[in-house]
Amino acid sequence: MHELGVVFHIMDSLEKVAVENEVTGISRVVLELGEVSTVIESYLHNCWQWAAKKRELFSEAELVVETIPARTYCEGCGQTYATVEHGKICPCCHSPDTWLLQGNEFNIKEIEVY
Amino acid sequence: MKEVRILEIKQSVFADNDRQAQLLRQELREKKLFLLNLMSSPGSGKTTTLMRTIEALRDTLKIGVMEADIDSDVDARTISQSGVRVIQLHTGGMCHLDAEMTRQGLEGLDPAELDLVILENVGNLVCPAEFDTGATKNAMILSVPEGHDKPLKYPLMFSVCDVVLVNKIDVLPYFDFDLEKCREYVHRRNPRAKIIPICAKTGEGMKAWTDWLLQEVRGEGYGEKT
Ligand SMILES: Nc1nc2c(ncn2[C@@H]2O[C@H](COP(=O)(O)OP(=O)(O)OP(=O)(O)O)[C@@H](O)[C@H]2O)c(=O)[nH]1
Ligand SMILES: [Mg+2]
Ligand SMILES: [Zn+2]
Repeated sequence: MHELGVVFHIMDSLEKVAVENEVTGISRVVLELGEVSTVIESYLHNCWQWAAKKRELFSEAELVVETIPARTYCEGCGQTYATVEHGKICPCCHSPDTWLLQGNEFNIKEIEVY
Repeated sequence: MKEVRILEIKQSVFADNDRQAQLLRQELREKKLFLLNLMSSPGSGKTTTLMRTIEALRDTLKIGVMEADIDSDVDARTISQSGVRVIQLHTGGMCHLDAEMTRQGLEGLDPAELDLVILENVGNLVCPAEFDTGATKNAMILSVPEGHDKPLKYPLMFSVCDVVLVNKIDVLPYFDFDLEKCREYVHRRNPRAKIIPICAKTGEGMKAWTDWLLQEVRGEGYGEKT
């Protein structure tokens, strides 16, 4: 399962951050997830809960996922529009010459530590 | 009371892996070892294509194979019949290989004696595309029964590939697969991707593929240890 692998990667990265910053525990992890990223948020929460029990540093950590809306830019008319609603064809001028401005991000934004 | 503070991280989830992959790619370049990452959906013909590729290049290059499977060694046993060195990597239920797993796998192959290592990645069009393995080049196989619209549905996979093998062209008459449309869709995602139609079953088109691969290996000054 993709989300589980991703959760392990996040925890690996944060364990390094914790060592570098002499952190004893993490109380919250905030992620930013684009609307059209390949990760499914509810799976992410499930995997997080499962994995957090196995790693001491995360046993108390709450996972917060902030959504980044997907926006597409149209080369044809210069407008931007909501990707999820309209897909790859511009709703204004019907040009297929469009590209994603934002919405496929998957970032670790910040963590709350003690 | 615990004193809490906020640490700003602001990095992509994939940043750590990307860094490790870049490092591995650099090391492989110095060692003149070419690593090809072969990806596809389950059953598109990775193992069959691999067997043909080994057959064609084994007298020219010293080849090793890494088989990534979630939980079996069927493919590794098939490949071992070809006589090349092969190891099985178990991903422990994971849907992809990352750069660290790839590095560990390579160590198990005794790479100093090899020119070319081919990694058969886990059958999946989503996850392997997001995790850079550190491979020198990425190849994927799209087989005819899967349909020509896959590049539109799995854009990331097609955008990370250097070459797309369109396999099972022997069954073209039975499917509404449109090779021209496929080309157009792939190039929309990735204008520099090379597209080679093949039939791993009969060997048709395989020469164009193995010529491409050999040229890539030689072109980088790889594969010249002997
Ligand atoms: N008709 C036809 N069948 C093929 C061709 N290439 C492979 N096959 C068949 O497709 C099936 C799957 O091939 P594999 O090579 O095992 O595919 P794979 O991608 O390694 O599969 P996994 O490792 O399970 O993901 C086998 O039954 C092959 O014989 C081809 O060119 N034409
Ligand atoms: Mg296989
Ligand atoms: Zn437009």
